Amino acid sequence: MMRLPAFTYLAPPTVAEAARAVVEHGGEAMLVAGGTDLYPNMKRRQFEPKVLIGLGAIRELRGVSGRAREGLRIGPTTTLTAVARHPEIARHYGALATAAGLVSSPQLRNMGTIGGNVCVDTRCNYYNQAYEWRKAIGFCMKKDGDICLVAPSSSRCWAVSSSDTAPVLWSLGARVRLVGATGERTMPVEALYRDDGIEYLAKRPDEVLADILLPPADGWTSAYLKLRRRGSFDFPVLGVAVALRIEGAVVRDAKIVLGAVASLPRSAPAAASALVGERLTPEVITRVADLAAGPAKPLDNTDYAHFYRKKMTRVFVARALRRLGGLDGEGRAEEEVA
Amino acid sequence: MKTRLSLTVNGETHEVLVPVHKTLLEVLREDLGLTGTKHGCELGECGTCTVLVEGEPVLSCLALPVEMEGRAITTVEGMAEGSTLHPLQQAFAELGAAQCGYCTPGILLTAQRLLEDNPVPTRTEIKEALAGNLCRCTGYTKILDAVELAALRMGRQPAAGR
Repeated sequence: MMRLPAFTYLAPPTVAEAARAVVEHGGEAMLVAGGTDLYPNMKRRQFEPKVLIGLGAIRELRGVSGRAREGLRIGPTTTLTAVARHPEIARHYGALATAAGLVSSPQLRNMGTIGGNVCVDTRCNYYNQAYEWRKAIGFCMKKDGDICLVAPSSSRCWAVSSSDTAPVLWSLGARVRLVGATGERTMPVEALYRDDGIEYLAKRPDEVLADILLPPADGWTSAYLKLRRRGSFDFPVLGVAVALRIEGAVVRDAKIVLGAVASLPRSAPAAASALVGERLTPEVITRVADLAAGPAKPLDNTDYAHFYRKKMTRVFVARALRRLGGLDGEGRAEEEVA
Repeated sequence: MKTRLSLTVNGETHEVLVPVHKTLLEVLREDLGLTGTKHGCELGECGTCTVLVEGEPVLSCLALPVEMEGRAITTVEGMAEGSTLHPLQQAFAELGAAQCGYCTPGILLTAQRLLEDNPVPTRTEIKEALAGNLCRCTGYTKILDAVELAALRMGRQPAAGR
């Protein structure tokens, strides 16, 4: 039986107090919202904080406000269920509702938060294992070991960004506000991520994700497709987020962001540029899908063979574009279950 | 260090003195003796430990009791009224929708919530609602049949359905 390691629990009522509490307890404290990512990791002894600072009591972190015309503010401790069902999000930022609704299982989405999914730990076959399993193979550099077991000659960790919502938020042009003990900053969501499996967030430990800010929906349409083995529970082993602004059948602006193909979400700017000024014809879609697969460089450290995941990037980008162009005659819209 | 907590389970308030790092699942089973809630994967990957918190299905293996104070918790022990089974329990028993029975408490509670939200669900809606509950021996067909039967009966006899 796996139990949580011992800790003390604090429930500060404000973001400022949460940030101060992290500083006060130095490296011993961690922030927790829904706990659905952190608690399993703590049970596997991947994290053993002495102090947990729960964000659940902080009112200002909860709920969705605003209108799509001016942009929405999503409180980071809003549950994934609430994001998936929010009418304004479902109508104007469709890919975000889709992505939130495809995270794990219904029970987990009732507990897990969008902020937690944005900050979700990177994953790897050699890391997401019980302590005894990891010990038996001599541990990896992400926790307790010295080398990367996927790429032993590499000096870095290649654990995979496994957020469903992060690529979508990037494609939608979302910004995040971080509040730390010594000040706050607001930045594009993509600036939150670093290309390293261990230090995958550019957020300081004391910084609390305080707002997720969506720009005005302004004529954009979006889609998210997720590859995983089972239709429930599984993390993405490929996520494709596409956002388009189409005027009179011509694409005026485009963003394509891939999830689970690297330690951070990866945009495909060459593919997106190739869409601008074009109509979504089968020929254009094929060309753009080929370009979009370029930035996908999956390694052999998640479910499914990495060359298959790379190949499916092209298939899923094409499928997303066909769907947004109203051409979708084949394939499931939200996910592919092998 | 132990913390004194007040938990409302199946309408009864319980005072417990427990370490703060004990999960709701562990407290229900070990401190309150409510062993109907089952220990499965302990990592949020199977759904057998599902309980209802304020009516919503959640995973008790990933819930901290300290965050549950003042919230209504329902376990499978709270489904029957005295010796009268909940229509879902009755339908599961009649149709053999349980084999080893280990996943059954979590499925019953998840289905109870579904039927409260959506008294006449389609088969697809039942599958989607139960997508977080794994069964490794009965097979899902009888489980889906039993939820449909219970929905039918609860629709006919509103007094029996809660």
